[in-house]
Order: sequence, then C-alpha cells, then structure tokens
Amino acid sequence: MKAGRWQRWWLGVAGLLGFLALLEVVPRAGLVPDRYLPPTSRIAGALADELGQPGFWVALGDTLAGWAIGLAVAVAAGVGLGLLIGSVPALRAAAASTIEFLRPIPSVALIPLAVLLFGTDLRSKLLLVVYASFWQVLIQVLYGVQDVDPVAMDTARSYRLGRWARIRHVVWPTTLPYAVTGFRLAAAVALVLAVTAELIIGSPGLGKEIAVAQTSGAVPAMYALVVVTGLLGVGVNLLARALERRVLVWHPSTRREGAA
Amino acid sequence: MTGAAAAARRALLLGGLPLALLALWWVASADSQSFYLPPLRQILVTFADVWVGPRLVDDVLPSLVRLLTGFALATVLGVGVGVAIGSSRRLRAALEPVLEFLRAIPPPVLVPIFILVAGIGTTMKVLVIVSGCVWPILLNTVEGVRGRDEVLEDTCRAFGIAGSARLRHLVLRAASPQIVAGMRQALSIGIILMVISEMFAASSGLGFTIIQFQRGFAIPEMWSGILLLGLLGVALSLAFRVFERRVLAWYHGLRRVERGPS
Repeated sequence: MKAGRWQRWWLGVAGLLGFLALLEVVPRAGLVPDRYLPPTSRIAGALADELGQPGFWVALGDTLAGWAIGLAVAVAAGVGLGLLIGSVPALRAAAASTIEFLRPIPSVALIPLAVLLFGTDLRSKLLLVVYASFWQVLIQVLYGVQDVDPVAMDTARSYRLGRWARIRHVVWPTTLPYAVTGFRLAAAVALVLAVTAELIIGSPGLGKEIAVAQTSGAVPAMYALVVVTGLLGVGVNLLARALERRVLVWHPSTRREGAA
Repeated sequence: MTGAAAAARRALLLGGLPLALLALWWVASADSQSFYLPPLRQILVTFADVWVGPRLVDDVLPSLVRLLTGFALATVLGVGVGVAIGSSRRLRAALEPVLEFLRAIPPPVLVPIFILVAGIGTTMKVLVIVSGCVWPILLNTVEGVRGRDEVLEDTCRAFGIAGSARLRHLVLRAASPQIVAGMRQALSIGIILMVISEMFAASSGLGFTIIQFQRGFAIPEMWSGILLLGLLGVALSLAFRVFERRVLAWYHGLRRVERGPS
C-alpha cells in the first residue's frame, strides 16, 4: 500500500517533468515556431518577471475578490432559496420548469447587459459569477432536500419538532453534503466566469492582463499568466476539497475514506 | 382526481410560473422609458425582425456548426485518450497531475493563445471549443473505464472476448453513463466558448453580432440576442436529454429494475 502510493507519486512527478521538458524541447527543436509557443524556460522567466511586478499582484487580488464575493453571494442565495423551494412541495412543483429553463441559459449571454449596466465595474464581473455559480448550488441543495429520509422526517414530526428545528436537525444534515458538492462545482465555475469577465469585458484582473499581453505581443508573459490562472484553478479545487473533508468529517463517506 | 383535471394541474404546474414571470416582465416593462430596459413587446418584435431571415443563415448557423464540430471532435478525442489512460494504471498515475493542471485552466483564457496560433478564423473557434470540451469527457471516461465491473471483466476473459469486441461491449459500454455525463458538462462549456470566441475576436457569428449591437447601443436588438442565446441553451440541453435517453436507455432501465418497483 505504502510502496504503491510512493510509486504513484513518483510517476506523477515524472509525468509533470516530462510535460515541462516536452514544452521546452518542441519549440527549441523548431517543431512549433517559438512565437506561438515559447519554451518552458522563457515562460518561467516571464512568470518570475510578473511575480516581481506590483501590477500583477493587484490583478491577482482583483480576480480573487470577484471570485470570492460572487461565490459567497451565490452560495448564500442558492442555499437559502434551495431550502425554501425544496421544503415547500407546492413551490417546488411550480418552480421546477422555470429552473429547468433558466439553468441552461449560458451566463455569457449576460455579458452585453453587464457592460451596459455596469461598464467594467466589479459589479459586471459579479453579475456573471453569481449567475453562473448560483445554479450549481441551487440544484444540488434541491436534490439534497429531496433526499431527506421520510422516516427521520416523520419521527421529528411526531416528536413535535417545529419547522425550524426540523430544518436544522433533519433537513440540513442531509442537505449539507449536496450543498458542499454544489460549492465545489460553483467555486470552479466562479473562477472561470471571473476570468472570462475580465478577458471579454475588461474588468481589472488576470483576464484583462492576458488580453493586454496578447494585443501587445508579449507572448511569454501571456503564457505565464495563463499558467497562473491554471494554478489558481488547481488551488481552488484543492481548497474546495479540503473544505469538503473538514465540513463533512462526521459523514460516513468521509469516515470510510479515512479508514481505508 | 379525473384524468383531465390531473392533466390540467400538471400543465398549470409546468407552465404557470414561467407564464406568470413573462406576464410580469411584459406588464412591468410595457411603458418603460428606460433606454436599457425596453418593453418586452418591442424586444419580441425586434427578435422576429433581426433573427428570422439572412442572419439565421449567416450568423447563427455557422456558430452552431462550429459548436457541434468542436463538440464532436472533443468527444472522439476525450473518449479515445480517456480509454487509453483509464486502461493503464501507470499511465494514469503519470498523467494525473498534468491533467489536473490542464483541466483547471479556465478555458476562455485559451482564446488569446489560439488567436496567436490560428488567427481569428473558424479553426481558432473550433480549437477553443475542443480544448474546453475535452476535459470533462476525458476525465469522466478515465473514471468510467477504471470503475468497470470486475466480474464482467473476468467473464469477458473467460469467453475469450478481446480486442475491438471487448472495447465495444465491455469497456465503452461500462463507461458510457460516465461518458454521457461528461458530454453533458462539455456541451454547456461548449456553448459558452462558442459565444466567447466570437465576442473576443471575430467578424461573424452569434456572439459577434450581439456585441456589435451592444457597442452600437441597439438595445432591443441586443436583448433579442440575449433571448436567442437563452433559447439556444435550452434547446441544446433538451436535445441532449433526448440523445441521452436513447443512448442510455439500457442503463436507466437497469437502474429501475435494480431499485425495484416503486
């Protein structure tokens, strides 16, 4: 078991190094012109340059702020509305078709509207981020509320637990794993939309920096910034997974995983 | 409850809220003087003017063709590479960190890169769509191939089923529910990328046209474009559901049987 894990780790590192070496060799050997794909070392150099500039850190902060605020609003709205709609059967039945209709509307359709209403303001980024990540949370919470064990619900009712107590002690613990899954999905989507808003609308942030680097022909810098967004994406995934494990320590799925 | 009453109730539940919301929008915007929020009536009239006619062929259709081409290529690529990676433990371990990183890159940032490589033509847009759609399909295929039933695997071996027959009847079949789930995610990413690649740099297409309207302050036209994008998203997701029901009919049937009559 232990040896297997080490082997996996080494293979992973070897794969990563191989990937980086490939990206170094391909442009150097002239297989791809290096104005399209600069070698790894030059991207790394550009990345080091970026890290030394205060502008980069401001852009990173802008992106993260848009991501975090938008995600927080979406999660709060998704959980609140999800619990409300989910626990009132009539509301749920009436809202189902509307949700099914609104959800697949691509969030980028809102870009022109956001530009008109808010310009390149933080608010236009938030509009896109919230719209896209809200549905991920809402749908998961609705599934979660539906999954509540009817026997547990009847037991709570026969013990005369009030509506709030039932939500707190029966509905919420069942819904929480779903809500956390929704959070994980929403966190990834929110980052994509934050960067998209910056790229297309021109709100300040990493996406805008990428667009600027592209138009000014700073190819290695552009790649370096793309790498940063990728690392950010990995970071967001890791963070969401860590949160999932922490919030759901008590849940059987986590406990089983820990024991194995 | 009689059949007719039940049907009426279902129709009310299905259509009630959407109709009420539309009616609300209609009434609330009926004599709107706001430049940015034109009356719904005007938007709908504009919708017919703008989109029915040559624009449908010149802008909407090419966008859809690019989307479907990219989506199809991503499916072939994702399933092909996914089966290869999923079948080998070593390959999976070696590629996992790289794939995690590549998947985590927000696909829209690849638009500038592909513009660099392929200009602003159709190739760039299809490449962008492929590069965004391929990850959910690829990773789901890997998971699906990895999680196949061991008994079926042994049965295949015992009956000497190998090669392409094994691939078709065991590997792909076992992974198909996951592959389809990946395709569903990929489709919604694909729509986003179709629009973004056209908004960022293009000379035709749905996203380009909508941005032109917005830049020219043709507000009702812009709203009609937003409406069209929404309808397109809904239509594609319905079409995909039909596809899924057909392809995975065996799977949903199996699940129903396993759960027992309910």
